[in-house]
Formats: sequence, structure tokens, C-alpha cells
Amino acid sequence: MADITAPAYRVIPIIPVLKPGSMEGVKSFVANDKIQEAIGFPGQLVDDWHDRVIAKMGELLGKYRSLKVYMDACVHCGACSDKCHYFIGTQDPKNMPVARQDLMRSVYRRYFTLPGKLFPKLVGARDLTREVLDEWYTYFYQCSECRRCSVFCPYGIDTAEVTMAAREMLDSVGYGQKYSNEIIGKVHKIGNNLGLPGPALADTLEGLEEDVKEATGIDVRFPMDVKGAEVLLITPSADFFAEPHIDSLIGYAKVFHATGTSWTLSSMSSEAGNFGMFIGNYEQLRKIALRIRQAALELGVKRIVVGECGHAWRVAYSFWNTLTGVGDGADPNDRFAMMLQKQLDHRYKQPAHICEFTWDMIQDERLSFDKSANDKHIITFHDSCNVARGSSMGGYPGGQFDIPRNIIKAVANNFVEMDPGTTHERTFCCGGGGGLLTDDLLDLRVKGALPRMEVLQQVADEHGVNFMACICAICKAQFTKIMPIYGFDRRMIGGVHQLVSNAIKLGDK
Amino acid sequence: MSTLFAILFYFATLVFVVGTLYRISVYTRTPAPLKIPTTPAPTTGTGVMLRMTREVVFFESLFKANLWTWGLGWMFHASLALVLLRHLRYFTEPVWVWVSFIQPFGMYAGITMMLGAAGLWARRIFVERIRYISTPSDHLMLVLFIVIALSGLTMKFVSHTDVVGVKGFMLGLMYFNSQPMPEHIGLYVHLLLVAVLMMIFPVSKLLHAPGVFFSPSRNQADNPREKRHISAWGTKLESES
Repeated sequence: MADITAPAYRVIPIIPVLKPGSMEGVKSFVANDKIQEAIGFPGQLVDDWHDRVIAKMGELLGKYRSLKVYMDACVHCGACSDKCHYFIGTQDPKNMPVARQDLMRSVYRRYFTLPGKLFPKLVGARDLTREVLDEWYTYFYQCSECRRCSVFCPYGIDTAEVTMAAREMLDSVGYGQKYSNEIIGKVHKIGNNLGLPGPALADTLEGLEEDVKEATGIDVRFPMDVKGAEVLLITPSADFFAEPHIDSLIGYAKVFHATGTSWTLSSMSSEAGNFGMFIGNYEQLRKIALRIRQAALELGVKRIVVGECGHAWRVAYSFWNTLTGVGDGADPNDRFAMMLQKQLDHRYKQPAHICEFTWDMIQDERLSFDKSANDKHIITFHDSCNVARGSSMGGYPGGQFDIPRNIIKAVANNFVEMDPGTTHERTFCCGGGGGLLTDDLLDLRVKGALPRMEVLQQVADEHGVNFMACICAICKAQFTKIMPIYGFDRRMIGGVHQLVSNAIKLGDK
Repeated sequence: MSTLFAILFYFATLVFVVGTLYRISVYTRTPAPLKIPTTPAPTTGTGVMLRMTREVVFFESLFKANLWTWGLGWMFHASLALVLLRHLRYFTEPVWVWVSFIQPFGMYAGITMMLGAAGLWARRIFVERIRYISTPSDHLMLVLFIVIALSGLTMKFVSHTDVVGVKGFMLGLMYFNSQPMPEHIGLYVHLLLVAVLMMIFPVSKLLHAPGVFFSPSRNQADNPREKRHISAWGTKLESES
């Protein structure tokens, strides 16, 4: 990977010229038959893939209004064309959101619309050939499903929905991605994305208790499988061992400790991440989410709290209630949902984000901080795409932006915003989301990070920013890997609860 | 000629109405199984109505995206709306008061509509990435609007047609009482292309007009934790496990 270098910063952020075909050779590894079959997909590309893809497209068009409307409504206005970080970083025109959608739309028009059947050339329709299928694989695995394009589209067309549908069609004919599908297999087999078995997890947590005791002199607990605990914490498994993720896990534990909240992790359901969303497969999405319902029922908890993970929070906030009935407003004859409604404490939103939990505690004055502990940091905040554009916090629009910032300001003195064109709902993806956090796509990941790195460089130069906080496991892993390529220290990226952990006062409880 | 145009207009109207209603019924029937509003999003139905109104009336998202496209696009659409309303005078007797009131604005709107479409076309031709994503039909659609506007404006400002006769013909169509259509080449072109536009509406990208109201990323309230949102086919999975 020595040949991968960072692209140059743009002097002014102009829209780049097109370099057709520049990323056509960047293709993530295809899943082998073992990986595919473990989660119920055909092992190899099936012989009748053509007919089955078209049939699947028809099925999905009937099941998802988003796909149907988005296939029809695009007018090629170009509003989205310069909004994708992968386009900005790679200049490949097929990484423009509209062009990415058109890879599928051209086939939709050919097989599902009258003008496309009669005059394919006129309306840009084309047959589904093997080349087209390969092109789908290449470019629909160069989309991080970050939804930035959907903010700017006058019809709200969300390329993420199209990408998810494309991946679902590819999987259904045996053309899956190694990275995402292998991880989904691990969740089902072991309980988390990293394949960390229960005993290893127990060891890790014990080690953490010792570390925190050594550092603070206080017995902060990291409990697992404790029946009757108040809070079940569902967090991305990277929090258990990856740097800097683990520092945020310590932060959550300290918040629970300092507020006297009984909490537990679950060894059976030790993963917040849900790659079922990345591959657009409702059944997988649901199956993975059901592990959390099962854990909540078995452990008899009152609250479900989700750790720092972007797409997991989108799934938890937006989809869990749909998929599992965690949350309010279920049908009275909805059996599992009703069990959860009786068990969970509905004075609180279910599920809650750890930032919502911590911010509530700060507002109730149940936490105190020594802000000077973070004085070595000049901090900025990177909004993670799935939190920013696919979820909310605090029960009001925009809470997902305010609450993490409020926490940072409560625990640290130096906070600076980046260019407003790149924060809040306009935030740029880290470049590694949506099932692309794999080394076979490192070139794409480095280039996709360009717009974020440009504005980080700006605040680093102008304000001396030396710490970028975020609340996403994928962002943390991606930045740790690619920031050195841009000349930044890899320890510049960290979690919001890492800052909480630095400043929280534990002793005088 | 009058008979030909009469048949054409009945047919075009049928295609337009039936085709568009069919598409809308497909959108209505297709479930949205997951909550996917682009956030931050309103949490209530009223909020969603306001968001949709801002989107449809002011093109809020496009405004955020690109001022040139927004300016030209908004000018085109607002002018088109005025022009369409102005044309109601050919279908109503007596002419409604507010239609007479907008008459002078509607005339100039014809010009701004043409300028908007021409600007959008120039963008399609001269901006590299917009040219890249344009299909022949994208170009033709703009040409269609430009020629409709041009032929209409010609009849207003250059070579007048017998507007009383046009109105007689249209009212005749509406009340199934066939009247002759004035002989005027500009009028033929104008009406022919309008009929074409009506017929391609339900099978082309013009579906963005009804489509925007069905876009889940814009029309859903952001309240997934407060109310369980589940589709019929999602519920079916529930009972299977």
C-alpha cells in the first residue's frame, strides 16, 4: 500500500474536472462461496443472473417506494453532481451521485418503462450485460451511503437507497462483497462484527477495570450479562479493543459509575453495528437487530443505550422500533413489542444515545468535570454522516448536532467549528462508511477523505486545532488509518466520551 | 385540421390523466418499509407539510445546492405556473376575475419561462459534468419547452392568431360541441407540442412533479422512537418468527 498517497488540497474548493474511468479499476474483494452461503446468498454468480437481477429489481420496486420514486423522478439537474466526497476526491464522473444512480436507472428504464423499451438510446437506457453488472459492483461499492446528495436533491433522492438496492440485487445472484458479508456472518455466529467470543470479551473488560483502577484509583466496573441491570449498553465492538475507540468505552463506564447507574453489556449481543443496512437487506437488518431485542428481554433491562457508532445509531434510532418494537406506539396485538413496552421505562426515549444519556445527566447536575484536563486539546467536531442525516437526538430536529457539541463544551475549554459548508447536515463522510472500511479500498478511502482533510487543515492552521472528536466507530478507524497519509497525527481523532473520560470527576461521589 | 387536433387533444388528455393517475396510484400503493427522512427533519405532520411546501414552492434543497440552477429552475417553473394559469382564459367563459388580473404578468412570464429554459439548456451544454449526465431526451425536453414558449410568444407579439377563434375551439372541445380552429402555423406548432408534452408526461422525467410528494426522504415525519412504523410486508416477517 506504499503507493497510496493523498491527493493535493484544492487551493479554492472548486468543482474538479472529470477524469472518466479513473476509479474503474478499484474494486473491493468479492465474497467467496463460504461467506455468501453462510448468510443465505448463492455462493457464486448464478448462470441466470440476468433474469434474476431483473426479477429482483421488479420485486424491490414493489417493496420500496423510495426506489420506485427515485428511479422515476430524477431530472438530471445536477444539483448533487458536485456533492459526493468520492467524486471530489477521485474526479471519476461515475462517482457523481446522479451518475451512480444512472448506472441502475439506465437498466430500470430499459426493462420497466415504455420509452426505454421503445427508444433506449434517446432516454439513456441500456441492456443489463455482464459489463454493466461488473460496473454496478465496482461503483456501488464506492458509495458510503452517507446521504449527502439527498440533502441537496430537490426531490430528496437518496443515492444510499439506490446503492442498497443494487447491493441487494448483486447479493441475490451470488455477487457479494467479502468485507460486509463476512462481518454479517460473524455477528450471527459469534455476536459481534469482530468475531470476539464471550470469554475474550470478559477478559478484555476485566483488563479495562484494572487499567482504570490504576489510572484513577477508583473501581469503575465494566459489567457483562448482569440480569436486572437498569441499562443495557449496545456499543460497536471496536470499542472493546481498538484505539481510540476504547477510550470512549471507558468514558461511558465512568459516566455510569459517576451517576450510580447500574448497567450491563451483553455477550450474546455485543455489537451495535448492523451491516445489514449497508447491503440493503431487510431480513439481515432485522435478524441482527433482533439479537438486541432478545438481549433486552433476557436481561430484563429498563433502558437501552447505544454507544458511539454512526450507522448503528441510524439503525437504532430510525429502524429498531420498526424492526423489533423497541420504542413506543406499537400495535396492541404486537406480542414482542408489547413485552418490551411493559418492560422498558418509557419515561426515557428507547433506545437512547449515550450522548443523550450523558447530556441529560450533565443537565441534571449529576456529573462534574475538571475542564482543564482537556486543555491540551483544541477541539473540533466531525459530524458523522449517519448521525447527521439519518437520525436525531433529544427529540427535536438538530439535536444530533447540538448534544455532542454541548457535551464537548461542558468538558473542555477549547472548541472550534470547521467550515459550515462541511458540518451539520452538510458534513462530509470520513471516506470509510457504508461497508467500505476495508484495505482493498484504501485508495478510495484516502481520496474520499479529501474534503474533510482540507477543512481540518484549515482549522489546524488558523486555530491550532489538534483534536477532532466524533461519535462513530467507522470514522475513528478510518481517520486513524488515513490521517497519517495526510500528514496528521493519528491520535488527533477520538470520541466525545474520550474527552468526557479525561475530565470527569469520579472521586467526590 | 380542426378534427385532427380535436382527436389529438382528446387522446393527449386521456393519456395524461389516466397515465398520471396510474403512476400516482403505483406510488401510493408501494410501501415505504423504513423511516428514512433526511434529517434534521420535522417531527410532526404539520412540520412535514411546511417542509414539503418550502420544497415545492421555493425549491429549498436546490437553493442549498446551486444558486444558478436554482435561479434558472425557479424562474422557469414559476413562469410556467403563471403561463398555465393565464391560459385558463381560453377555457373559461366568463373569464374568472383573478385570471384576468394575472393576464399581463402571464404574458411576460412567457418570456422569463423561455429564458429560464434556455439558461438551463446552456448549462446542460456548457457545464462539463451536467453535459456528462445529460441524455438526448434531457436536451429534447428543454427544446420542447423552448419551442412551445417561442411559438406562443410569436402569436402574442409578432404574428397574431385569432384568439377568439382559439377560445371557441377549446370551449367546443370541452363541451363536445366541435368548433373550427383558426388556421395559423404558429398555433399548429404550439398546440401540437403541448399535446406531445401531455402525452410524454406520465412516462418521462416529468414525473418529478407528482414524484416529489411521494419522496420518503422528504415526506416522512422524524418520529421513529415515538411511533412504530411498519409496512405490511414487514409485519408479515414478524408473525413468521
